[in-house]
Amino acid sequence: MGLSGIEIFKKLPKTNCGKCGVPTCLAFAMKLAAGQAELDACPDIPDDVKEEIGEASAPPVRSIVIGTGDRAVKLGGETVLFRHEKRFENPPAFTLLLSDNMDETKIAARLKKFNDIVYERVGLVLRPGLVAIKAESGDASKFGALVEKVCNETDAGLVLMNEDTDALSQAAGSCSSRKPLLYAANKDNFESMGNLAKELSCPLAVKGSNLEELSEVSEKLIAKGLKDLVLDSGARTAKQALEDQIIIRRSALLKKFKPFGFPTIVFPCEMADNLMKETMIACQMTAKYGGVIVMSEIEGHSVFPLLLASMNIFTDPQRPMAVDQKIYEIGAANETSPVLITGNFSLTYFIVSGEVDSSRVPSYLLIKDTEGLSVLTAWAAGKFAADTVATFVKKSGIEEKVKHRKLVIPGYLATISGELEEELPDWEILIGPREASHLPAYLKQWKI
Amino acid sequence: MTFEIPKVSYTGKIREIPLGREGKTVIVGGESCYPFHLFEGEMPNPPKIAMEVYDSEPEDWPETAIEPFADVIKEPAAWARKCVDTYGAEMIALQLAGTDPNDKDLSADEAAKITKEVSDAVDVPMIVLGCSNVEKDTDVLKAVCEVCDGRNLIIGPVAEGNYRAIGATAIGYKHTVVASTPIDINLAKQLNILLGNLNVPDEKIIIDPSTGALGYGLEYCYSVMERIRMAALIQEDERLQFPIISNLAREVWKTKEVKVPESEAPLLGDIKKRGILIEALTAQCVLFAGADILVMRHPEAISLVKESIKDLMTGK
Ligand code: SF4
Repeated sequence: MGLSGIEIFKKLPKTNCGKCGVPTCLAFAMKLAAGQAELDACPDIPDDVKEEIGEASAPPVRSIVIGTGDRAVKLGGETVLFRHEKRFENPPAFTLLLSDNMDETKIAARLKKFNDIVYERVGLVLRPGLVAIKAESGDASKFGALVEKVCNETDAGLVLMNEDTDALSQAAGSCSSRKPLLYAANKDNFESMGNLAKELSCPLAVKGSNLEELSEVSEKLIAKGLKDLVLDSGARTAKQALEDQIIIRRSALLKKFKPFGFPTIVFPCEMADNLMKETMIACQMTAKYGGVIVMSEIEGHSVFPLLLASMNIFTDPQRPMAVDQKIYEIGAANETSPVLITGNFSLTYFIVSGEVDSSRVPSYLLIKDTEGLSVLTAWAAGKFAADTVATFVKKSGIEEKVKHRKLVIPGYLATISGELEEELPDWEILIGPREASHLPAYLKQWKI
Repeated sequence: MTFEIPKVSYTGKIREIPLGREGKTVIVGGESCYPFHLFEGEMPNPPKIAMEVYDSEPEDWPETAIEPFADVIKEPAAWARKCVDTYGAEMIALQLAGTDPNDKDLSADEAAKITKEVSDAVDVPMIVLGCSNVEKDTDVLKAVCEVCDGRNLIIGPVAEGNYRAIGATAIGYKHTVVASTPIDINLAKQLNILLGNLNVPDEKIIIDPSTGALGYGLEYCYSVMERIRMAALIQEDERLQFPIISNLAREVWKTKEVKVPESEAPLLGDIKKRGILIEALTAQCVLFAGADILVMRHPEAISLVKESIKDLMTGK
């Protein structure tokens, strides 16, 4: 952060050529300062100036990309400590650990599961992020062979774990175009690791045995000119890891402490002896600042809950809690489709529409403005009273869309059905289930 | 560059609230730092887990959640004993779901009778939660207060619409109340002020700012809890310096994802482990947001959370 719009403006070409998409250099500078534009939009800034501005306007936790193409994983770029302050930017990458000591069938099975798992939810694609390959055999050729195999079998980004620079260099050389994360530079090998990462232009993990050592090695690598670092504080207990993650993030944000201004890599796989417990620790890291989260296994039942947690924690807190009042068409609804009504609390909408969708019965969902309140609260507050519901139904235009006159109301509001029938004499009021999860069964039996 | 640990200086502290009957009390609260930030403050009373017991046999639970209680699921008192004796429950949360007029509509007297039986069966602190119908809860919880006079139950939800009636009764019979508000820090504070004006003693209040399940609005609750903790610890907002309860199991176990069998959704993996982890991870998240009491269901999810709390406290 740091540079003001005016300070940035002074460094721009001042030709007001408009190629950046805004009419003047000043306007562009203001956008840059507000984080609403990318420096690259202006083609005429000399490289050295670009670097200077980029550095000064960069977020306190640097953004790092591991991998390429569709499967590139972006980490860091964070600007706050708590999610309600401003959106957390880049969710963690749940990472599958493979070792060159594992037998081949195990590797194949785990890799297949890793590749297969992908979920879609509220328009987001959720999937595990990276594959980490760890040298444990001590045999450089075995390590290299595994790296090659994984490269062939997945497009996902990689973490290459080998603290022997020569062996790592051999394996990484052939796949450096995939931008793997090299793991790791430590106090002894940082010179050669630093050189290798520079030569291959790959991101580099830095490992210390504690925060003190980590900051020293990180600082030396920065001095060597390395830019894309990922931090491992060496903590291998839940308590120590929590403390370190908090201190790293706070140091970067509050103290602008450069050696800690990077995303982190953490190892739940080394902190538990079973996947259930490991998943709990990974969840902790999801809430508290983990970047690359390395897991011994990726199973649907473990990674799905983790991905939900990360989706929740990284949701934009400014996202409104209410959706618009209108008719929502779910599936290819027609004039005989069921008509349901509920409130406009976004969660209500999300849950109900999800259930209707999963019933595979195309339906019309009427969402009434309840000022973002859930149905029961809305009813208690007079926002789901029969008269206002009736007015909305009449004005919504649903009467032109369906030829029947049956309206399904939430089971919790059975009490208003009598009144509602008086207000809507043409309509038959049906009492739906109380829990959205019973909607599919209910809808499957629906007849006009 | 030398690095120093940037510490937060906390000026407030969460109240310590003793729960349960005399001689058997469990204390919650007392934190002088954000959750598990033990390098800069204290958590004298680690978070506690209350195991759910229902007033009548649940109808829509997945098999995986029923299994641990199958032998006692029709008898609340035996169920509670099993939670304590077999699963080591630190507290019991009796859910009076059957009192809901849209459900079994159990009467206040029936609910009170069941509550008394459960309370007689175990001596750990007991939370008693109504069905969230403002009028019905008023009747039910008043009757509950009366039959368990002096046991210091934790009763709720006490909401804006019924805090006067329930609050006054709770004071009379010396119970603790759960002040419940819908995901809003200001409403949470407002209700605590109202309870204070009603003369509910400060050591008799626990707050419930609402809970969503993982994937179903957890983020809103997470942030409200975090903000409540910040206000309490940093801005010294006295009316928010209360322990937080999270009634999460109910939310988790009604979601689609704990019920879909692996045969229908192979990518979601083992149904049992999945349900356990969704519950345990929901708990893990609210713990990091500031919850002091977790209302939970599955014994294996509870073990995972207990172990996690222990590890975070002791550094194993
Ligand atoms: S493209 Fe560059 S030079 Fe042209 S107006 Fe924009 S900032 Fe100025």
